[in-house]
Amino acid sequence: MPYFLAYEQFNDLITALTALGYRCLGPQVEDGSIVFDDLSDATQLPWGMRDQQKPGYYRLQKSELNEAFAWANGPQAIKPLLFKPKESLWRVERDEKGAFTFKETLPEHKPIALIGARACDLAAMAIQDKTLLQGQYVDPHYRWHREHLLVIAVNCSYSGGNCFCVSTQTGPKATSGYDLALTEVQNGFVVEIGSDKGLSLIESLHCVEASATKTAQAEERSNHAANMQTKRMPKDNSRALRDILMNNLDHPRWQEVAERCLSCGNCTAVCPTCFCHHQTEYPTVDGNGSVHAREWDSCFTEGHSAIHGQVVRDTTEKRYKQWLTHKLGTWWDQFDTSGCVGCGRCVTWCPVGIDLTEEMAAIAGEFNTKEKTS
Amino acid sequence: MNAIDTPVNTKIVARSEEASDIFTLTLQFTEDQKQGYTFFPGQFNMLYLFGVGEVPISILSHGDGDTLYAHTIRRVGRVTQGMSLLQVGDHIGLRGPFGRGWPLPLAQGKDVLIITGGLGCAPSVSIIHHILKHRVAFGRLFILQGVKHSDDLIFQKQYQQWAALPNVQVALAADSSKPNWPGHTGLITELLEQINLDINNTLCMMCGPEGMMRASVQRLTQLNFPEDAIYLSLERNMECAVGHCGHCQFGGDFICKEGPVFPYPQVKALLNKKGF
Amino acid sequence: MEEIKPRIAIHKFTSCDGCQLAFLHLGEDLIRLAEKVDIVHFVEMGPINPTAKVDVAYVEGSISTPEEAKRIREIRDNSRYLVTIGACATSGGIQALRNFADTQSWMKAIYATPKTVSTLDTATAISKHVKVDYEIYGCPVNSQQVLASLLSLLQKVTPTARRDKVCLECKRLGYACVMVTKGEPCMGPITHTGCGALCPSLGRGCYACYGPAENINTDSLTQWLSSLGLSDAEISRHFLFIQNSAPGFKEAGLKLKKKKTP
Repeated sequence: MPYFLAYEQFNDLITALTALGYRCLGPQVEDGSIVFDDLSDATQLPWGMRDQQKPGYYRLQKSELNEAFAWANGPQAIKPLLFKPKESLWRVERDEKGAFTFKETLPEHKPIALIGARACDLAAMAIQDKTLLQGQYVDPHYRWHREHLLVIAVNCSYSGGNCFCVSTQTGPKATSGYDLALTEVQNGFVVEIGSDKGLSLIESLHCVEASATKTAQAEERSNHAANMQTKRMPKDNSRALRDILMNNLDHPRWQEVAERCLSCGNCTAVCPTCFCHHQTEYPTVDGNGSVHAREWDSCFTEGHSAIHGQVVRDTTEKRYKQWLTHKLGTWWDQFDTSGCVGCGRCVTWCPVGIDLTEEMAAIAGEFNTKEKTS
Repeated sequence: MNAIDTPVNTKIVARSEEASDIFTLTLQFTEDQKQGYTFFPGQFNMLYLFGVGEVPISILSHGDGDTLYAHTIRRVGRVTQGMSLLQVGDHIGLRGPFGRGWPLPLAQGKDVLIITGGLGCAPSVSIIHHILKHRVAFGRLFILQGVKHSDDLIFQKQYQQWAALPNVQVALAADSSKPNWPGHTGLITELLEQINLDINNTLCMMCGPEGMMRASVQRLTQLNFPEDAIYLSLERNMECAVGHCGHCQFGGDFICKEGPVFPYPQVKALLNKKGF
Repeated sequence: MEEIKPRIAIHKFTSCDGCQLAFLHLGEDLIRLAEKVDIVHFVEMGPINPTAKVDVAYVEGSISTPEEAKRIREIRDNSRYLVTIGACATSGGIQALRNFADTQSWMKAIYATPKTVSTLDTATAISKHVKVDYEIYGCPVNSQQVLASLLSLLQKVTPTARRDKVCLECKRLGYACVMVTKGEPCMGPITHTGCGALCPSLGRGCYACYGPAENINTDSLTQWLSSLGLSDAEISRHFLFIQNSAPGFKEAGLKLKKKKTP
């Protein structure tokens, strides 16, 4: 049974979350893009802002529609909150005899309530869960952050120029992974409940049930976002891409894309499912201690494939091939899913506008565009 | 403490020099940290040099109740460079064991053919120890080792000892050699002519440079040796050892987790592809 | 018995002195460091002993005069490890722009009595003169990188050698991409990390003061900058700036400079 949260009640939501001990994060305009930052008042939301996205291009514009979530997405999904860009893993002390004491450094901070995650972001979180939580080994740091996160998703009512979640079947409407899911309609939000935590939260706000008109309006908003997407992933991101890629490792397109690719790693850094990281060491100056930390790495770096004096992927061609064959291909072997959720971030935030759907289309011999259905 | 997530403290109890840039460190767990530690031949540990970082090193000693764990290390990077300077009594952090080892249960009752090159012999020493300790469970043992130059051969004494045992045949090859080299001068694949292989009742395990392994697989398949009886140990950049950091991803596998030992058919498609 | 501490020297050649400040900026860590090592030569801080035998010599500045060409050889002979710090020492620095000009003519243009000025025709990196064990990029270098290099060397371990692009650091720190959000030219995708993405953190493009990263694609970046509306001459100046003589930058910049504008 969906509820209705009026605009005037949004601050009650923030207050309730804060009272429950959460640090509230929500979308805000900062330096020309939409990012998640501390949210204490609904006025901080990006009212009326809309993003124009093209390959290598992102601009915010004020739209006529004075809504808080009239945009598609910003440069980062939920990933930086769960799989942190830099995080210390353990510390070691050395005693006077030279023996070591190791201690795991788990995070210590308030739980986070994130408002404004998109359907593609939740799909990506489910994929990272598979990598870091659900395999043979559990990542204790990721688990800590994951257990201390409450997600209030907001369904998209608009799609950016690089969005293709319809093709990847990961949006624009969130279907799981949230505590609450909001859809912005006239004067407020239709709220769907995703967990017991979400339910008790919404009950504490004394929200009314959403009327049939509001619910229909919400449905229409999601459909509108879906229908405006023009980009698609060839084979609709299916497992078929795996064999297509692995059978085309000598395709001339790899060399062509390597001529444009800067091998800078931006695509992997904004990708909400990329998990590569490298480990670094921060010894103290006195020589008695050291911190072992990790930070985001990328398959576009030399260090990623360096092994005693050799670099397995010494050229951009090999690195781009690694990225695409893994993301859209062998990810299926490892995690029984594609590594792509159709958010389009790697296309937008590539400094030279390389579009993975276009590269995949060239290799698959298929189109990466679809007709607008309305 | 969970030795997967965080290292435990070990002490160097022996150190030996195998070659100018190869050394062996024997480590002993301090306190009661060895509890629950067992490994299978072919698995590896992450060894930690204080203030510098970790490296994956395969475990030499056999795993049956041993309390000492030998690791043969080549000085190639910054961590191994620093480790080469450590002495008996110094400490090293250890995380492990990791990965999937050699398929010893499958080898029971069969002949075992071990093909190694360069420092590749190190991960195989644990298999040899295991087979020799459980001698009746296995058939004949062939040990083929190739090196670039005869001077590069390490564990020379051990090869002599093994060669003297019944039902063990050791054959050495060097691409180039000094005078009085007792082995073959030429390619390791040529050693396959010198042994009397029972192709239907042998399990082959190989490790070493990939070019050497590819050539050996090629020669074996020419001899009608079944592909699924060939196992090889692969190496890539490994930092976390638990399939999370992504560096050792090889097609649909993480070498640290699904490997480092693979049945040949599982890695066949990408083994010849540059960049994987 | 007093422990023998490793000996460190910090030398200066043609430079602005800014990179040496990386040591002074260490603050309390400099005091802790001073307990572990003897800093025997560091003019900016006090101790002067230019010919001392040392374990690690940090060298700032380019080789621009005959005297410097001679002095760097002495320093090499006196040092176990030689580490260059900064753009001048690693690629010649901003003053290496003179390598693209005729020394005699500009000497005459600037100095009243050029004969009294003793100079080489070029300003070059230390590695063009002596063997360098490790190079730290940047204009200026980052204190933490300098410290990390020293702590590694004290353990007789090669310092880390990652040469990733600024973009990765920018994304880790959550800064907005100035090129994608504003169309502002940024050299981040070809520049060596280490500065902490300082310029993008202030909303402006990276100007490549850390020099080339590994595996750079200057042609593709040139094309993109051109599509943003920059002229060949402007793009050329982006390459031929502080790291004008660094491999990759020099070639890319000169190629554009020679290109005739239609």
